[in-house]
Amino acid sequence: MTGTPGSDGHIAVVGASLAGLRAAEQLRAAGHTGPITVFGAEPYAPYNRPPLSKEVLAGPGDHDAERLHAQVAFRMRSSVADVTFRLGAAVAAADLARGRLTLADGREAGFDGLVAATGLRPRRLPLPGPQAGRHALRTLDDCLALRAALGPGTRVVVAGAGFVGCEVAATALRLGCQVTVVEPAAEPMLAVLGPELGRAVRRHHEAAGVRFVTGRLTAAVHGRDRVRAVELDDGTTLEADVLIEAVGSVPNTEWLAGNGLDLSDGVLCDNALRAGERLVAAGDVARFPNPLFDDRPRRVEHWSIPGDTAKRAAATLTALLAGRAPDPAPFAPVPSFWSDQLDLRLQSFGSPALAEEARLEEGDPARLGEGVLATYHREGRHVGTVAVNLPPARQRELRAAFTRPLLTLTRNP
Amino acid sequence: MKVIVDMAKCQDHGQCAIAAPEVFEMNEEGRLVYDGEPGEERRLEVEEAADVCPVQAILIKD
Ligand SMILES: Cc1cc2nc3c(=O)[nH]c(=O)nc-3n(C[C@H](O)[C@H](O)[C@H](O)COP(=O)(O)OP(=O)(O)OC[C@H]3O[C@@H](n4cnc5c(N)ncnc54)[C@H](O)[C@@H]3O)c2cc1C
Ligand code: SF4
Repeated sequence: MTGTPGSDGHIAVVGASLAGLRAAEQLRAAGHTGPITVFGAEPYAPYNRPPLSKEVLAGPGDHDAERLHAQVAFRMRSSVADVTFRLGAAVAAADLARGRLTLADGREAGFDGLVAATGLRPRRLPLPGPQAGRHALRTLDDCLALRAALGPGTRVVVAGAGFVGCEVAATALRLGCQVTVVEPAAEPMLAVLGPELGRAVRRHHEAAGVRFVTGRLTAAVHGRDRVRAVELDDGTTLEADVLIEAVGSVPNTEWLAGNGLDLSDGVLCDNALRAGERLVAAGDVARFPNPLFDDRPRRVEHWSIPGDTAKRAAATLTALLAGRAPDPAPFAPVPSFWSDQLDLRLQSFGSPALAEEARLEEGDPARLGEGVLATYHREGRHVGTVAVNLPPARQRELRAAFTRPLLTLTRNP
Repeated sequence: MKVIVDMAKCQDHGQCAIAAPEVFEMNEEGRLVYDGEPGEERRLEVEEAADVCPVQAILIKD
C-alpha cells in the first residue's frame, strides 16, 4: 500500500477488543507479514461495547451469552484470517527486554513486537458491605448480570452521572425501574457539557422520570446479604435493590509493570503511539499528545479512538520492526463520540472537556429534542462542539471545524 | 463488490458517509442512501466505512 517494505517477526497484541482487532487488521494493512497473536482475557471474540448500556441492556430477556455476542461481534477484515486469537488468555506479565509474555495460567509466549490494547476496567466504590446487587458495566458478562437484575419496579441507584451512568439510567427507566442517579458534581456530565447543557440534559431526564441527587457522594451500602439501601454523605438513605457503580475507569496496565514505563495513567506514548523500543499502545489505554489541542498526553475514552490509534500504532510498529524510522507526520485524530439517552442523541467533536467557556450556538436548551448546538472554547480557541439531536448530515461540517487547524499545521511544519 | 447495510440495525450515525462519501450519503431527511455495487477501486474506503460504523451495520460481500 505504501510501497515501503513491511516487517516480519512475531507481533503479540494484548487485548482482544476494538483496539486489538483494529491493530491486527492495520498491521496487515501496513505490510507486516509475520505471525500475529491476539491475547484476550475475555472468552469472547472482539465485540462492540456501546450497545451494552443501550439496546442490549434494554433488549427483551434473552440471557444466552452466545446469541447476544453474535449480535454485537465485530465484523473482521478478511486480512486477519491468519491471525491467531487466544481468547480467555489473560496476560499476567511482559518482559520487554527478553520479548516474553507470561500468561495468567503460567504459560509463556515470545514476541518481537508488542501492542498494548488492554483498555479499561470500571473503578469500583471503595465501600464495604454486601456485594450482591452491586454492578458495574464494561463487559458482555457484566451486561448479562445487570440485565437479569433489572425489571419493572426494581429500585436502582446509579452512582455517577457520566455518560455511561446517564445511559444506564435511561435504559433502566425504560425497563420500568425506579431510578435515582447520585452525582458529586452539580450537574450530570458537567466536565464535558458544561453547566447550561448539563442542566438541560438533567431536566430532560427528570421530565422522563429519572431522579437526580447532585452535589452528593455515596457514603455507605447497607443490607445483610444483598444491597438494601445506599447512604449518601449527608446521611440521606435511598432504598435500593441494585447499585450500579458508574464512577469512571482504571487502565489495565499492571501486566506491563517492571519495564520502566510510565504507567501512571494508561501507557504513556509519543505522538506516533510508541511507548518503548518495540512497544506501541492503542485504544482507551493509550496516553498520547494530540497536536490538535496541545502537547499534553491524554487518554481518550471514545469509540473513535481505538480505530485511529490502532492504525497509527500499527504503522509505527511495522516501521520499527523493519528498522525504519516511524512516519514523522503529526498524528492528530479528531476525537468524537456519541451517547444515546432517552430520545436524545448527544454527539461530541473535539475536546469540550478542555474548555473554560461554553457558547450556545443553536436551539433552546429547554427543548433539547428539537436540536441544540454548543461550542466550547479555551483561550479564545474553539476546542470542542456538542450537538444534541442534530441531523447526521451536519456531522461532516461539525467535524471539519477541527480538521482545519491541523491542515495548516502539516503544511508549515 | 456488493455492499449491504442492515437497515434494521443502522441508526443513521453517518460515519460511513464521512469515510466513503462516494458510496454512502445522508439524504435530506437524515436517512442513509448508498450504492450497493461500488467499483472495486473503492474497496479501501468501503472497508473503512464498515469499520467505523458504530452499530456494525455494513456488510461487504466479495
Ligand atoms: C457500556 C459502555 C458504553 C459505551 N458507549 C459508548 C458510546 O456510546 N460512544 C462512545 O464513543 N464510546 C462508548 N464507549 C467506549 C468504547 O466502548 C471504548 O472506547 C472502547 O471499547 C475502547 O476499546 P479498547 O479496545 O481500547 O478497550 P476495551 O474495549 O476496554 O478492551 C480491552 C480488552 O482487553 C482485555 N484485557 C485487559 N487486560 C488484559 C490482559 N492482561 N491480558 C489480555 N487481555 C486483557 C479486556 O478483557 C478487554 O476485552 C462505551 C463503553 C462502555 C463500557
Ligand atoms: S455508519 Fe452505520 S449506522 Fe451510521 S449511517 Fe452508516 S451504516 Fe448507518
